[in-house]
Amino acid sequence: MIAFHVNGEAVRVDVDPEMPLLWCLRDHLQLTGTKYGCGEAYCGACVIHLDGEAVRACVTPVAKASGRQVTTIEGLSEHGDHPVQRAWREENVPQCGYCQSGQIMSAAALLAEVPAPTDDQIDQSMAGNVCRCGTYDRIRKAIHRASQEQG
Amino acid sequence: MALEKISRRELMRRVGWTAGGLTLGAWAGNLPWTPAALAQDVPADASQAFDPSVYLSIAEDGTVTVICHRSEMGQGSKTGLAAVLVDELEADWDRVEIRQAIGDEKYGSQNTDGSTSIRNFYQPFREAGAVARQMLITAAAAQWGVSPQSCRAEAHQVVHRASGRRLGYGDLARAAAALEIPEVETITLKPAFEQRLVGQPLPIVDLDDMVTGRASFGLDVRLPGMKVALIARPPVVGGRVATLDSSAAEAMAGVQVYTLPVPEGAPGFQPLGGVAVVAPDTWTAMRARRALVITWDDGPHGGYDTEAYRQTLEVTARQPGEPVRVVGNVDHALEGADQRHEADYYAPHLAQAPMEPPCATAHVHDGICEAWAPTQNPQAAQSQVAATLGFEVAQVTIHVTLLGGGFGRKSKPDFIAEAAWLSQEVGAPVQVVWTRGDDLRHGYLHANSAQHLEAGLSADGKVVAWRHRTVFPSISTTFSADAKAPSNGEMGLGLADLPFDIPNLAIERGEARAHVRIGWLRSVCNIYHAFAIGSFIDELADRAGRDPLSLWQELIGPAREVDFGEVEISNYGQPLTVHPVDTGRLRRVLDATAEDAGWGRDMATGSGLGISVHRSFLSYVAVAAAVTVTAGKLRVDDVWITIDCGTYVNPDRVRAQMEGSVIYGLSLAFYGAIEAKDGAIVQQNFGDYRVLRLHETPRIHVRLMPSQGLPAGVGEPGVPPVTPAVTNALFAATGERVRELPLSKAGWV
Ligand code: FES
Ligand code: FES
Repeated sequence: MIAFHVNGEAVRVDVDPEMPLLWCLRDHLQLTGTKYGCGEAYCGACVIHLDGEAVRACVTPVAKASGRQVTTIEGLSEHGDHPVQRAWREENVPQCGYCQSGQIMSAAALLAEVPAPTDDQIDQSMAGNVCRCGTYDRIRKAIHRASQEQG
Repeated sequence: MALEKISRRELMRRVGWTAGGLTLGAWAGNLPWTPAALAQDVPADASQAFDPSVYLSIAEDGTVTVICHRSEMGQGSKTGLAAVLVDELEADWDRVEIRQAIGDEKYGSQNTDGSTSIRNFYQPFREAGAVARQMLITAAAAQWGVSPQSCRAEAHQVVHRASGRRLGYGDLARAAAALEIPEVETITLKPAFEQRLVGQPLPIVDLDDMVTGRASFGLDVRLPGMKVALIARPPVVGGRVATLDSSAAEAMAGVQVYTLPVPEGAPGFQPLGGVAVVAPDTWTAMRARRALVITWDDGPHGGYDTEAYRQTLEVTARQPGEPVRVVGNVDHALEGADQRHEADYYAPHLAQAPMEPPCATAHVHDGICEAWAPTQNPQAAQSQVAATLGFEVAQVTIHVTLLGGGFGRKSKPDFIAEAAWLSQEVGAPVQVVWTRGDDLRHGYLHANSAQHLEAGLSADGKVVAWRHRTVFPSISTTFSADAKAPSNGEMGLGLADLPFDIPNLAIERGEARAHVRIGWLRSVCNIYHAFAIGSFIDELADRAGRDPLSLWQELIGPAREVDFGEVEISNYGQPLTVHPVDTGRLRRVLDATAEDAGWGRDMATGSGLGISVHRSFLSYVAVAAAVTVTAGKLRVDDVWITIDCGTYVNPDRVRAQMEGSVIYGLSLAFYGAIEAKDGAIVQQNFGDYRVLRLHETPRIHVRLMPSQGLPAGVGEPGVPPVTPAVTNALFAATGERVRELPLSKAGWV
């Protein structure tokens, strides 16, 4: 049994400790907001927060979450109104939407650390998130917007 | 399953769907009441009082339900089509629900491909809304005992002008349902100035779900008792299992192993075969697949090597080909030309690589199959699943989820048939998961191509002769073992429809055999055709010592509808009389883009501007790129893109598609290459099949041309001109010409 918190709730799972957190969330905790895109840390579709820090759930063994706080897109804000989510709506960022959970979680982690990031800082911290639909330009704008609004 | 009891003929009669297409807009014929059972996607409850079209119903509480029969994969047509209908209906957008249709021919084509959703369904959706509006007005007028002409529809109500009386759509639904459906010809559509939704930016309907993680894609389907399967497919197309040791996999708790049937004949949409592991969850399935010990019999394509194959294509491209379109006499004109120039271009295989890999969930039970999948073509899925299971089409229901991208990959339902076959074997719901590696290794690849171009220039720098020979394995090879040359349809994708004013012209094709499954990828053959044509014009301008823009303008020539004589141009399924190749529109987007980019301005050393324009999917798109080369490395700083796609519905989504097209185009120009060695695909993940990332993204400047023309494609036409604009800019910056993609091969990125 591995015990941790997901979006504020205590959970206990009886799975292979090597199972990536991604599959534990999706297959065992029915939290499908966190996405699979590559499974090998290339695309960022699976980004979640572990004790507030952005990590790739596809390469994070569930054992590593033991005793810690996991936040997924479903728990980023109670009413879906985190400044990043609001900015994403304002800029109409998503196309297919599939990469956006990971993008939003990466952006939220960035802004938590750097409240007013420069373009270079955005480049650096968002380079790990692929969007095959090509919403990057709007992602950049939305991050700046969220930064101003939470400012 | 009421549908099973209705014969196909009866169904077609009832819904008025004719083999000739959608002229009737899938109307419910003369039936005053479409049985709710027929509109399966609408809950068969009595509150759906009024459903005069397969695309629409209105409940007694006034809720308007629009059925979206096209797949949503990021292009925005789910929102766009609903807006078109709701606008004509004069309904309140906030009281509209959109439901995704299952696969069913009663909707007309659901094949979400070829940038057709708006261009083919704009009119039927307008008509569906307008007819319903007229019926609601008639119902209200009858109730008041006034003439329908004295009433109008406004904001979800019918209003009697003189008295100011009002009745809501919900209150009128029952009465409207009892009326005859009027002929479409008798209905007046709104004039453009009265449209409230069409032409305005509108947030997509799934936006909220997408930013909160609630949006449900194919991989998010969860059924009670569902098992997860991964498949070890033959590394080489046409291969089969030689030996299998599955003992280690089967020793894992809850794991079962199945060997899939070997496909027969041309690949089509059949599953590829191989060995499946079925497990309680995805991680266990991944571990179990790794534990399989398989040796393969590779079959006839075991020697496929893309480097060697490239030589074959290039040799063919330098030999005379089969003429597809000839004007004047190219050989003669070349002999008399002041200067001759020739060039060869090569572009490799590509994979669509949608962000969500293929995946499907199926449940075969009680003689039926239900499947949930991110498919671009639910009707093709229905047919393939039926064929795989030995079922009738009516026994198969395909539910369409949101697609995490498609780009053509998800038009091919092989992965859905896999899930169906496994569910039948296992006797439980099965979700088939494709890893990214599976997606890259077992796709339907964009063809690799070699193109040979020759031209003659007169002493004053005019192009007097032009030959273009294209060689690539045809998509037809996937469906017919006999196919060996590009089809007429493929030739019409940006080549046979060449719009230039050149007195001597020869367009030819050469033969090529396929050794992998060839499929379509966003923009299809337009990508390599536009790359070769756009680059070659830039080369000719350089040879003639001319400004490339002026040469483009000269080649486009005076504003006219291009006359192709006897040559049949596939023209994206549309008659040239309706959608001509209009050089005036081509020129306008070119000039607008040149202006936006500041064409002709001085650029710093190591920087350059490039330009290109291309018509595809009936739309006209020009792209200019500004690049900087530092220490031999390319950076794209700015991209200007202008589209004329006729009438557009949601300008924000057209912009988004242009932005996305630039990124998709830059991805393939920079990095896109799928290679094969010993018959197997080399690339394994986004590490060796790189795509563009945020830090490489240029500033993107989109311009939409205002137009009253017929709606044309949006999802695909933005991609083709991107690559030549960038490689031409690279030439302007460095004097180095790129004739081979991707740019990473020569180390530019
Ligand atoms: S799925 Fe985790 S980085 Fe791609
Ligand atoms: S929105 Fe489709 S992958 Fe990013």
